[in-house]
This record gives sequence, C-alpha cells and structure tokens, in this order.
Amino acid sequence: MTFLKINNLSVDYKMRKETVNAAKNINIDIKKGEIVGLVGESGSGKSTVANAIVNLIDEPGKVSSGSILMGETNISGNPETIVQYRGKKIGLIFQDPQTSLNPILTIGEQLIETIQTHLNLSSEDAKNKAINLLKEVGIKDAEKRFYNYPHQFSGGMRQRVVISLALCCEPELLIADEPTTALDVSIQSQILELIKRLTKERNLAVILITHDMGVIAETTDRVAVMKNGDLVEIGLTKQVLVEPKEKYTKSLVSSVPPTNKKISRFTIIEKENVSDQNNNVKILNRWSKKIIVDQNLIEIKNLSKSFDDSFFTENTKNSVMAVDDVSLNIKEGQSFGLVGESGSGKTTIAKMVVNLFKPSSGDIYFDSVNVTKIKKNKDLLKFRKQIQMIFQDPFSSLNGRLKVKEIIAEPIKLHNPDIKSSDLDSYIHDLLESVELTQQSAIRYPHEFSGGQRQRISIARALATQPRLLVCDEPTSALDVSIQAQILNLLKDLQEQLNLTILFISHDLPVVRQMCDKIAVLKDGKLCEVSETEELFKNPKHNYTKELLKLMPKIESIYN
Amino acid sequence: MLQVDNKTLNSWERLRDSDIYFSFIKSPTAIVSSVILLIIFFCSFFVEFVTPHNPFDPASLSLMEAFTPPSWTEDGMAKFILGTDGQGRDMLSTILYGSRISLIVGFSAIIFSLILGVSLGLTAGYFGGKYEMIVMRLTDVQLTVPSILMALLVDGIARGIISREMHDEMAIYVLIFAIGISEWPQFARVSRAATLVEKNKDYVSASSIIGVSNLLIMFKHILPNIMRPILVIGTIGLALAIIAESTLSFLGVGVPPTTPSLGTLIRLGNDFLFSGEWWITFFPAIFLVILAFSINLLGDWMRDTLNPRLKK
Repeated sequence: MTFLKINNLSVDYKMRKETVNAAKNINIDIKKGEIVGLVGESGSGKSTVANAIVNLIDEPGKVSSGSILMGETNISGNPETIVQYRGKKIGLIFQDPQTSLNPILTIGEQLIETIQTHLNLSSEDAKNKAINLLKEVGIKDAEKRFYNYPHQFSGGMRQRVVISLALCCEPELLIADEPTTALDVSIQSQILELIKRLTKERNLAVILITHDMGVIAETTDRVAVMKNGDLVEIGLTKQVLVEPKEKYTKSLVSSVPPTNKKISRFTIIEKENVSDQNNNVKILNRWSKKIIVDQNLIEIKNLSKSFDDSFFTENTKNSVMAVDDVSLNIKEGQSFGLVGESGSGKTTIAKMVVNLFKPSSGDIYFDSVNVTKIKKNKDLLKFRKQIQMIFQDPFSSLNGRLKVKEIIAEPIKLHNPDIKSSDLDSYIHDLLESVELTQQSAIRYPHEFSGGQRQRISIARALATQPRLLVCDEPTSALDVSIQAQILNLLKDLQEQLNLTILFISHDLPVVRQMCDKIAVLKDGKLCEVSETEELFKNPKHNYTKELLKLMPKIESIYN
Repeated sequence: MLQVDNKTLNSWERLRDSDIYFSFIKSPTAIVSSVILLIIFFCSFFVEFVTPHNPFDPASLSLMEAFTPPSWTEDGMAKFILGTDGQGRDMLSTILYGSRISLIVGFSAIIFSLILGVSLGLTAGYFGGKYEMIVMRLTDVQLTVPSILMALLVDGIARGIISREMHDEMAIYVLIFAIGISEWPQFARVSRAATLVEKNKDYVSASSIIGVSNLLIMFKHILPNIMRPILVIGTIGLALAIIAESTLSFLGVGVPPTTPSLGTLIRLGNDFLFSGEWWITFFPAIFLVILAFSINLLGDWMRDTLNPRLKK
C-alpha cells in the first residue's frame, strides 16, 4: 500500500543566467515500514526532492509541476496543509547535529515545545512523553539528561536527540538528509541501526538521503539513483547495486572502493572532463631520478604534541595531547596510511611532518636529517622542496585571486628563481598535463573548476617542486565517489611513475586499503597498531581496529 | 576537455559577466549615487574648465556684485546661478573649487589611514602574539578618543611646531594627517579580523609548505582576499573623512580662507545667515550633504553586494 506518492515532480531554480532544473519529472512511491534510499552525487537533486516534500525549497526555487500525495491528501501546492504536517506527520533529520538544535535551550525544553505545538498535552504529560522518547532512542539516564543543553552531548548523542525530536509527534514519514555524514564510523553504525529499528517498531516510511553507497547497501530496502535532477534508476537495493541497468549506476557502483579486496585501479566508466591521455613522460624528464634504496625516508620518534588552553587555565595538566608518543617509519617509495576518527591526531602529525607545527617533544627525521632542529632559512627551503602536501578542502586550498598559472608558477619560481619564462610555461604545461588538465586551464581562475579539477590543480602545484614525499590529508573526502576514484587512480599512477613516497591520511578504511602498503591506526593521539595493509584487514590485532573494521559500512553486505 | 566554455574572457568581459555588475545595474540607488558622484568628481577636478568664473582672480571680482542672491530670486543675476558671497565671488564656482579641496583632503586622508591601518591589522592578525596585543590595544586607546578631538590635538601640536608663515602652506598636510590618524583603527580592526579567517585557510598553509616568505604570503596571498571588507569601510570612511574635514574647517582649524574648502565656505557664510544672505552658507552645506550621502549610499550598496552573508 503506497503511503507517499511523488508524481512527476519538477523543481526549477530560476537563476540569473539560466533556469536550473534541480529535479525533473521524479516519480517515487514509498510504503510504510520501508526505507527508501536517495543516492546521488552533489548537485544531483536528492535534497531538492526531500525539501520539495516539506515545502522548504529555498528561493528562487519553485515546484514547477507534479504533485505529492500523502495517503489521500495532496500536500504539495497547499502551504497551510504542509505547515501542519511538518513536525507532526513528517519528521526531519538533518546532516549536522551541531546546528539542528538550539544551543540556548535544554533539550527538554525543545522537546516539550515541539510536542505541545502539535499535540494537545499538559506539561506533565509532554515531559513524560519526552523522557520516554529519549529512552527509546537510546539515551541513558534520560531523566537527568532531559535538563542538559545540546553542548553537553557528543555528536552521536546529539543526533539521537535530533531523531527523538523528529519522532516526538508520532510522524508517519521520516526524512533523513545525510544523517550520519558528520559522524564517525562507529557512531554512524549506531545511528543507522537506530533508524532501522524505529522504522520497524513504528511502521514508518523513511527517506534516507546519502551519498554513501555503503550506507545504502546496509540500510535501505529500495534505492533511487539520481543524477543532475533525473531519476536514473529505482528498484530494490540489492538489484540496483548488484545488477545495475543504467550506465551511470554501473559507474557509480564501480567507483566505490571495495572493502574486501585490494584492486590495482578503479574502473572509470564516465570520466570527468579532463584530457584522456595520462602523459607523464615529459614531467619524468624533469624529475631527478632517485633510485629507491630500501631505507626509511621518514622516521618519527616519540612524537608528541599538546595544545594547552593557557587562555582558560594556568594548569598545564588540562592541556590536550593531540599526539601522544607516536613512533613510525616510512620507507622510500611506500604509501603509508594513517587512519583514525576525528580528533585522533592524524592531521596534527601531518602538519608536524611538513613543518607547519613544531612538536612538543620527539623528533622527525627526513632522509636522516632531524627536521625539527632545522634553523637556517636556506636549509628549511631545501627541506620544503622535498615534502609537499595536498589538502582536504579543494575550495580553500587554492588562492581564488590568482590564475592557475600563477598558482603553479609560485613554487617553481621560488625554488628556481633564474628560470626563463619560456621554460616556466612549458613546465607548467607539463605539470597540468600530468594531472590530466588541458593547457587552457592555465589562464583560468580556480572558481571556474569543479572540486575534482581543483584537487588536480593542487596536485600539480605540489609536484612543481619535485618532492619525494607527498602528504595527502583526506584528499578525497570532500569529493564525490566517482571523482574520488579518478583522483585515487591519478595518485597511484603518479606514485608509480615518479617513485613518490606518500603519507595518506584518511578516516575512510576502504580508500586506505586501495591506496596504501602499510597502515597505522590512531586513536586519541595514540598509536594502536601498525601493519601491512592486507594483514591489518585480515588479522587485526588491536581491539579498536577490529571494531572499526566491523562497523564500516560495506557495499558488499548486499551479497549476503 | 574542459566543460567550461572555451573562449577566455578579457577583463572587461569578466566584469560585465560578474555578479557585481549585475547587482549594480539592478540597483537604482547605486546607479543614481554613482552618477551624482561622477558628476561631482568631474566638475571638481576640471573646475577651471567647467566654471565660467574664477573666484580667486581678484581682477574678475567686483564688490558691486557682492551679496547677489540666487538667479531665480527677484534681485538675482543670470550669470550667478547660486548668487555671490560678500566679496562678489560666484557661489557655484567657489563651491566647486571648495569641493576639490575637500575631496583631495578626504581621499588622501583615507588612503593614509588605509595604508597605516591595513598594514598594522594584517601583520597583527598574521603574526599574533604580543605584537598583535600591542597593536590591538593601541586601536582600543585610539577609539576612546573622539576623532575630532584627535584631529584638533594634532592641529594644535602642528601649530606649535610649525612657524606661522609655514602653517598656511602646511595646513592641508596637517589636516590630512590629523584625519588619517584618527581613522586608522577601523581599518586595523577589520583587516585583522579578516586576516585571522584567511590565515587558517589551506592555501596559506600550502604557501608556507612551498616555502613562500611571510611577507609574500601576507601581501600577495592574504591581502587580495581581504580587500572586500576593506573597500567597503574605505568608502564609508571617505564620507566620514570629508565630513571631518568640513567640521575642522568650520571650526577654523582646517584649510585657510584663502583656499576655502566646503567647511570653510559654510563657516564664512554662517556669519551672514542672520542678515538674510542665506545662500552663502546654504548651498555649500547642501552640496556637502549630497556628496556625503551619495558616498554613503554607494558604500551601503557595496556592503550588501560584497558580503554574501547579507544576501537573501
């Protein structure tokens, strides 16, 4: 029995230059008791569909055609009906639990307010109901926690509170927009379990929006794949993921890093607009070839870093140990993975390796030179040349006021001040070619490129000094999965051709498995385990590693 | 191949294509105020070619024509549209000559305080630590002194140091310094705040990792990225500087009466206000209001356009 029926829904955004069709003739039916996944890359229109259901489309967007039926009632086109439905019959969960709660009200006040807006209950009854709800979503000591403010909860707990808010008026439809994207893996699995349990117990219809194929595979009953506002494919999750009919779905599934095996390259079916041939011969000629000796390029010895809040307290005991006594060795030519959840200290280690932070104690040796002790500017420059970094956010890592040409020229000119301008141009050209960008890219500004293309520019800039070590700090976390696959392929190719050593930092275990030879697992600044990649995935020794591996969402789970 | 269209745009086309241009042609206030400003700037800087009279050429003045009311009144003369002052000078010409002085002082003062404020704010935000603390406390101290008082103080000191004969010549520089020194904390605060945001962005880290020097990072990378808020307060500051100049000149500590600015004209005319010659003070005052108002309107439009957070 269909509960929610989306009929030929189209949403248009009338922009200054053109009209963007954010959703085109979407038809989706949802039954009670089932979770329907809405999956797609950024800009595919998945959130637009959800916002259209609750009539929360931002200006200048408009539903241009179609209808949404809930039971027998048409809820589109009638703002008054939808205001009554929102919160009462439809519950909403948003991505960021930090911002979806009001920080100056206790969670109890927020729950009671919502309950009393929609249900005719006395304060006492509303309070009892709220406490029961908190218990239902798995918050311990609900009677006490009822009086706490949002900042007193952790991210996962806060998302549970958000879910209890969404559920407090007995909705029949739950819309969850990327509910676990801001959370760590271990918390993600708990929240997904909770949503699954509630769906069954309360017989809810659930729309789960996500970009994560693993989440889709583990949670949803049916899935709708969207691209550029079109509904590409809809069907049972298993069917869509195992035997995708459409080319786009196939490319999407093949871009997902498998969790159970290591593959040499990702198969790319639909490539982003970049030049096809990867021609690294030219840049290779410029590279001073280094023969790999079986030696450590980086040795980290008892490295610690503490951030003290001397502003708030004199007591140094309160200082946070971001990195606590970590020792690691990275061999020349190796790609070394650093894995951990947020706050585990992985980025801090990276920033110490590239000499952006000074360690509180411990030493870092690069090619047997203690880099923490480098004093002279000239020596530091020589060291800088050999280590480069690629950042997570492709939008903030390029200076928007400079042309791509100028961005890439900066490191070249700095380390080779006498370079002739014709040489410079051809070098920039070769670098762009090596990251599969066209020559015309040089005279454009960063904002004219997509996230993946910007990340390529970042890589070209990093390669300009001909480094031996490339530190990649979550280089693909901000990218869509198909773009991620292309960037990972590119990094692999470059590493092979240029004999780069890579320090690869990520929270995403499947990605690390594809990229790295050796992996170190970090938790709260401490090292848990270091071992060869396949060994780590097959025989994890540390309990924390075992838990991480168990909890990561696996697209392969669909086969079971 | 790149998806973006393959033709490259030159600077003019890029401007035509930009959101700023679009927002400009959609905003009547912005268009009207900038047209008014363009006219004022043009007439003031090419004043010799625009006005029929040179009010500072004694040969052309006739005391017989003094106190002529505006041309549309009963006793008005067609050649003096806005009437004449006590020495028979044409008001319109005098105002335009005066506004040139006012604009020169205003622009110079704001550029002076902009350079001072931005370099202090940018370095303070970038280096942090004790240096930042000292700079920011300095701005706090500066902000507790009303800017007019500050300017009066500077003028007073200057009169003490510079000899009487020199003072009239130097007056305009003293004025620029006095106004500039009282407005820099605005720029220092805004540029420090913007620098704090920018310096934590990855492109700054990337430059340090490459090995770019601090000076180059600050002025090549960070400065262009913090220009927007600085331009906005710079525009509004310009109006304030022009008003400050007029206030000081009105109080008699600004430019000397031999080269009158708008403020000097208002002061001179003020003496005749109660004897019925209202136009001598009224027109320079109205002119000053229109000038400052247009600059402020343009500044408001810039703030709305350049600050994406205020966009609806």
